Amino acid sequence: MHPWILSALGGVLIGLSAVMLMVTLGRIAGISGIASGLLTGASDRGWRVAFVLGLVAAPLLLLLLRGDAGIGAPQVGWPLMAVAGLLVGFGTRLGSGCTSGHGVCGMARLSPRSLLATLVFVLSGVVTVFVMRHLLGSGGA
Amino acid sequence: MKLAMAWLAGLLFGLGLSLGGMTQPAVVLGFLDLFGAWNPRLLFVMGGAVLTTAIGYRWVLRRNKPLLEATFKLPTARQIDRRLVTGAALFGIGWGLAGYCPGPALASIGGGVASMLLLVATMALGWWLAAKWPAQARSTDTK
Repeated sequence: MHPWILSALGGVLIGLSAVMLMVTLGRIAGISGIASGLLTGASDRGWRVAFVLGLVAAPLLLLLLRGDAGIGAPQVGWPLMAVAGLLVGFGTRLGSGCTSGHGVCGMARLSPRSLLATLVFVLSGVVTVFVMRHLLGSGGA
Repeated sequence: MKLAMAWLAGLLFGLGLSLGGMTQPAVVLGFLDLFGAWNPRLLFVMGGAVLTTAIGYRWVLRRNKPLLEATFKLPTARQIDRRLVTGAALFGIGWGLAGYCPGPALASIGGGVASMLLLVATMALGWWLAAKWPAQARSTDTK
């Protein structure tokens, strides 16, 4: 299957997951919100843990089904991985969402906050890759 | 029942990420590399996800309440502020550095790569730090 079709199909599955979480639990499928709630004293831990466990199980299920988990190798060394994680964590919490909460669920609701946040993080990601790859000539080229 | 539904939603989400190519940082960085060998795959993931969610939400939110809970918990914030923009910008930098946003990072835990676990750990640290950030102080200031 062409990678683009597979990607669109993956997108549809993500959308179905978001719709399912909304129709059953009435929740936005924002990964940073769901997972960070586990660390920051949310009272409703059960469903959050269950969701994250499902998320982690998915590539393992794919591994069983088709012998390929789809997990790619990291493109940068451990110092950049550490810094990247910190920025992703801090930024998604400060900005109340990530690619899923703002990019998928928020855009689907036509939320102005989410549209702006998505524009900002995609642009800032593009600039970062430009600087790393084309100005500094590193960063997972 | 709630836990089973949440687990299943997580599983579906993870399958979508994995099939979509989001758990391959090379693909993600290729999408962000607009001025290099641009890889549009992520656009198809986003398109499929946003369209499906938009259609589904229109149908779901006509209900008075979700199936297993008393109310829908939709975000209520409306203000466009520095916090939102700064957060999104910092997230984008981190995303562009390594090619992982939170979902794919968590879904990749099972791959057993040590530096991946490090990224997830510092991401958790970032969540914790940001929760300590003086947002409460600021909102009481302006009140």
